[in-house]
Amino acid sequence: MKSSVIVFPGSNCDRDVAVALNKFKFINQMVWHDETNLPKSDLVVLPGGFSYGDYLRTGCIASKSRIISDIIQHAKKGGLILGICNGFQILIEAGLLPGSLLRNKNLRFLSKNVFLKITDVKNQFCLDYKKDHVVEFPIAHNEGNYFVDKSTLNSLEDQNLIAFKYCNEKGITDEDSNPNGSSNNIAGILNSKKNILGLMPHPERVIDPLHSSQDGVGIFKSLLK
Amino acid sequence: MKINSEIIKKHGITIKEYEKITKLIAKDPNLLELGIFSAMWNEHCSYKSSKKYLKTLPTKNDKVIQGPGENAGVIDIGDNDALVFKIESHNHPSYIEPYQGAATGVGGILRDVFTMGARPIAILNSIHFGSEKHFKTKNLLNGVVAGIGGYGNCMGIPTVGGEVKFNSSYNQNILVNAMAVGLTKKNKLFYSKAKGINQPVIYVGSKTGRDGIHGASMASAEFDGNSEEKRPTVQVGDPFTEKLLLEACLELMKDDSIISIQDMGAAGLTSSSIEMVSKGELGIELDLDKVPCREKEMTPYEMMLSESQERMLLILNSGKEEDAKKIFNKWGLDFAIIGKTTNTKNLILNFKDKEVANLPLSALASEAPIYDRKWKKKIISKTKFPFKKIKSVKSLDALKKILSSPNNSEKSWVWEQYDQTVMSDTIQKPGGDSAVIRIHGKNKGVAITIDSSANYCAADPTIGGKQVVSETWRNLIAVGSDPIAITNCLNFGNPEKEEIMGQFIETIDGITQACRYLDFPVVSGNVSFYNETENKAICPTPTIGGVGLIKNLKNMMTIGLKEIGSYIIVVGKTSGHLYQSDFFREILNFSEGPPPEVNLFNEKNNGFLIKQLISQNILNSVHDISSGGILIALTEMCMAGKIGADIKKPSNNITLNEYFFGEDQSRYLIEVNEQKKDEVMNILDKNSIYYDVIGRTQKERLNLDKEFDINIEQLKKINSFWYKNYFKEN
Repeated sequence: MKSSVIVFPGSNCDRDVAVALNKFKFINQMVWHDETNLPKSDLVVLPGGFSYGDYLRTGCIASKSRIISDIIQHAKKGGLILGICNGFQILIEAGLLPGSLLRNKNLRFLSKNVFLKITDVKNQFCLDYKKDHVVEFPIAHNEGNYFVDKSTLNSLEDQNLIAFKYCNEKGITDEDSNPNGSSNNIAGILNSKKNILGLMPHPERVIDPLHSSQDGVGIFKSLLK
Repeated sequence: MKINSEIIKKHGITIKEYEKITKLIAKDPNLLELGIFSAMWNEHCSYKSSKKYLKTLPTKNDKVIQGPGENAGVIDIGDNDALVFKIESHNHPSYIEPYQGAATGVGGILRDVFTMGARPIAILNSIHFGSEKHFKTKNLLNGVVAGIGGYGNCMGIPTVGGEVKFNSSYNQNILVNAMAVGLTKKNKLFYSKAKGINQPVIYVGSKTGRDGIHGASMASAEFDGNSEEKRPTVQVGDPFTEKLLLEACLELMKDDSIISIQDMGAAGLTSSSIEMVSKGELGIELDLDKVPCREKEMTPYEMMLSESQERMLLILNSGKEEDAKKIFNKWGLDFAIIGKTTNTKNLILNFKDKEVANLPLSALASEAPIYDRKWKKKIISKTKFPFKKIKSVKSLDALKKILSSPNNSEKSWVWEQYDQTVMSDTIQKPGGDSAVIRIHGKNKGVAITIDSSANYCAADPTIGGKQVVSETWRNLIAVGSDPIAITNCLNFGNPEKEEIMGQFIETIDGITQACRYLDFPVVSGNVSFYNETENKAICPTPTIGGVGLIKNLKNMMTIGLKEIGSYIIVVGKTSGHLYQSDFFREILNFSEGPPPEVNLFNEKNNGFLIKQLISQNILNSVHDISSGGILIALTEMCMAGKIGADIKKPSNNITLNEYFFGEDQSRYLIEVNEQKKDEVMNILDKNSIYYDVIGRTQKERLNLDKEFDINIEQLKKINSFWYKNYFKEN
């Protein structure tokens, strides 16, 4: 499977996700944001970081990068896109996913391991997981508080477009297990065609035995299925 | 402008020093030249009060590649890998503007590391605040933590360890010490020494603004009641630009374009340019019209003394300018050829076709004043505590109170604001004895810790200095690493006062003794004097950052208890030293008396033995016993492993509280599987190491003989209450 990781000025999880992709035998290349042609790819990854320092609004300036128009074309053709953390924010700013990511409810940067419930497995990113399974991923963000209007929220729920929800160890999604104030404990969502996933937690940081969990492996394995 | 005594004083230069200047340069300096002297001769840049004593520190062992004197120290960790690390203070700016002060402290130390060609892989910090009741503390703590996080998170470098302490001596002088560790190849190190004449001098990074002018001079004087007025001397950080600068520099470093490189830190363009050519015994000529400026009509004085952040000075091999420029343009950074190296051994500054400064470099650097200041030996308090009172304290009350005190409270409120896992090589996060970072792509790791013990140092600086180095060493041993070297940040009051100078000299003596004995040299560091306001100085606070190597991460050790039914053993002798302990301070409100002595022979023996046991894979968990004593250490192991313990005081001639809360040094707590107990005891016996078997692990409850029985979850709640309550969160 061919993948491209887009590197923006200020991306800082680009290497981490490339390491993960290489580990799972993707044929990966790094693509500078200023390129106009997206190389032939099955998967495009928008990595975490602080693109353009996240000055203005998180992900906003990056969403106007030259490479973005090719990425939108890639999406239209049904190509896969994975946006992690800042990448999720960029996908929203680019209009590829609905809603917005506000500042965390306590107005502080939040870096910790959280539990996530897999709420949809009928998508290319989660095939390797079992529905309602609880996994442990780290989060590290300041603006991860997912917000969307009521009717869109309902349609996300109805169409099973929510892939991950924050929960506790037992899989209960409640206010106590919601680290940043996201609507309905949303940690990651899909577009209606389910070829785009945006999520705040970092699967690339939990892929080997020395990490605090290996639950991120599922996403990379799913993509290869 | 005519130079008068008022202007000289404002530049922090004494009349005697001014006379020396006029003699050295054989003329009266103009204002720009005076400003340059002020920047180079202040305490922060010249180390004029400390140099004599810093020279006595051991700086070499067989792993040291570069000791003090460069942007950072460098050690060899095998396989052509080199670690670059340093600690630095940003105390004064952080008190005035906590967010920017702390952020730029992190930015500065990161630049020191990547200037040497290393990609930073970890950040640590030691931060000290005034009493939690002081009206400024909450705001300062909030700002400093957010600032440290704000910078490191954006750079994408994990902040993996540190300490947060409260003590009223820091009420008006907080400490913000930041440490960075970087990784490079041994044959890919870059230094600051300039070579060759007529080589282009290049300015890269951010534009120069009017921020931070005279920052280094500010850090070389006491605060008075109007310290707020110094806000304009605090720099403003831009971590995004620094991230670009990091990537651009590392990209340029792939080939041999760079002759030498120096970051523009304290005293900006002045000290960076002078240091580079002084080391190379050359001269330098700069054309200030070429300096990229953020604001219009900046004067040479402002350009030379600005401490705007995210800037670097390079000397390139001539002919490489165009290729280098392309790299910096790609990253959207300024790139300007601002001058050249010369053979004159002079600094010449030109502006608008006029020579505006001409100074001999020797006068600025090697001839800078060195003082042999007067000092007084610390008189050690011999006030005795009425020991009957100790017995009357219920051990559970003491445990709860210490666990819930600001200094011992669980610090996730702090850590969670730092990205700890970016770069995906963080193997041990904050909370253990040391952080552990994997060397990227390999199965070896580096253990890193940061420690200070201001209370011990205040009570007896020599013992305190010895203790803090030993504790650093112990923390590295406890995770299974071979300790290699340290970096130190020496925070003190005004050195012009005899008792402060005495604290400094005695602390260095203690540090030196421990470093020598443990073969644990100092490879980099910094001195921060004048942490003093209205005649009140901080406690003497040497902060030690230590680095060790774990050759095989399989042998890494953690503090959390692992299984039920295993044995808990105290390694090292407990004699129940309570003076200067948390027990005396927090429970009995008593802060007199000497700190616990450090027996370096036992320290080394016990440490090596623990290291041997870890490498034989026969221990479940290890924790060093430090402030709070055995009971606090054990509780931490219980909470980390979610496993309880059933323990008893061994029969000896000290009381229960002395045994469990005493802060005797060189001790570890180990957890040993039932099957391995005899083997471990045999090894301890054979090596004549003193130990006590104090009990066994059990499910979820901590039980101390007939004294108390409490659920670990409850202790966790007590331990995590303070921060949440302080910032009123649930």
